[in-house]
Amino acid sequence: MHSNRYTFIYAIALSVITAVVLAFAAEGLRPAQAANIALDKKTSILRSVRYDGAERAAIEKLYTASVRELVVNAQGEELSGIDAFAVVLKNELDKPVEERQLPLYIYTGEDGKKRYVIPMQGVGLWGPIWGYISLEEDFNTVYGAFFDHKSETPGLGAEIAEKPFQMQFQGKKFMDADHNFVSVHVVKKAAKLNLDPEHRVDGISGGTITSTGTDNMLRKCVKPYLGYFGKVKS
Amino acid sequence: MSIETTASPEVKKEPLFSKKNRKVLTDPLDDINPVTVQILGICSALAVTTQVKPAIIMALGVTMVAAFSNLIIALIRDSIPGRIRMIVQLVIVALLVTIVDQLLKAYMFDVSKKLSVFVGLIITNCIIMGRLEAFAMAQKPWPSFLDGIGNGLGYGMILVIVAIFRELFGSGSLLGFKIVPQWMYDAGYVNNGLMMLPPAALFIIGMFIWLQRSRNQKLINVS
Repeated sequence: MHSNRYTFIYAIALSVITAVVLAFAAEGLRPAQAANIALDKKTSILRSVRYDGAERAAIEKLYTASVRELVVNAQGEELSGIDAFAVVLKNELDKPVEERQLPLYIYTGEDGKKRYVIPMQGVGLWGPIWGYISLEEDFNTVYGAFFDHKSETPGLGAEIAEKPFQMQFQGKKFMDADHNFVSVHVVKKAAKLNLDPEHRVDGISGGTITSTGTDNMLRKCVKPYLGYFGKVKS
Repeated sequence: MSIETTASPEVKKEPLFSKKNRKVLTDPLDDINPVTVQILGICSALAVTTQVKPAIIMALGVTMVAAFSNLIIALIRDSIPGRIRMIVQLVIVALLVTIVDQLLKAYMFDVSKKLSVFVGLIITNCIIMGRLEAFAMAQKPWPSFLDGIGNGLGYGMILVIVAIFRELFGSGSLLGFKIVPQWMYDAGYVNNGLMMLPPAALFIIGMFIWLQRSRNQKLINVS
């Protein structure tokens, strides 16, 4: 049997050694990890404008060539000196709408048309969900959407990250005929709602909480941009 | 917790791949397979087997962690104070798993996104602690290392077999490549949605155990 003293010293030494090893590993790998996270974000933005490629270099090239980043506020003013890519959406959503910094990505397609990509962040069942939705030049019709999640249940809530769910959004509209904001709702197919088909998509059976989270996220995150869109239009 | 391992007799100098060491390496593939015989690591076998690729990565991760934690524990087994030995084992395992997780995040980001929490859960994979307690605490480093690799591979083998069934029948593809041709879908073939859900893995593992027991005499009537 080892003495108490030996046991204590052993425990402390072991902790210190593992801590040092982990600190070195984490620091050494950080640049590669940060690059991956940035690339993942760029890929997500491009997915929302119906880009399907997966090759690293191609994504970087396309993003640099055709995406313009800017930050606006709810009053529709363009804010200068802020890196849109570095804005943490989660922190912005905690602020009142007027004070938020709203990142916006403008993608110019090969056809010369602009698509406005709005980043979104919300809450699923087990953790955060997020996504990007791109609007046509009328600031109303959805061109494409991309969603992702941290830890939703595979086969249920995690379906939001799958193509069939995301494809539903194409062609949907955020405004009604009188230019009022209606949003695109994620609802049960059978739900009796007075919503035009162009304002709703089918939710996921078995993934109700994630569907509701997506619904809230769409409503909350797109609306603040109306100020900017109104200004650009006029 | 696990099957008893043979106590190592005092040997002078044995070759690296002596008969006994080879047995240590190959036994976990069949006779003492961690999943189907020791019934360890079932949880993750259900979780990461919807597709073949994450299953392979998970298998490699567990193999690496099992091998090196066995090696490290076997190296320091005499110095570990008995009263905190489980904690020491856990710290070593957690250290290795965190490193695997960081490496995946840095070099295989897609896979790390897919495996998400399951990498962290390697720490709680019973195979690892089970082998540390049952084997590495009482054996020399080299056999322990082989035992870790053997058990990792035995686990990985089941994972990949289950994943092949689930991906093929659940999504009609293997490793992401379409296998079931479009004309079959046109003719009315439908992917089996149950295969995508965890219970499917249990059915497949169950059938594998059935098959294995009916074939392997050693496993019949051991209860």
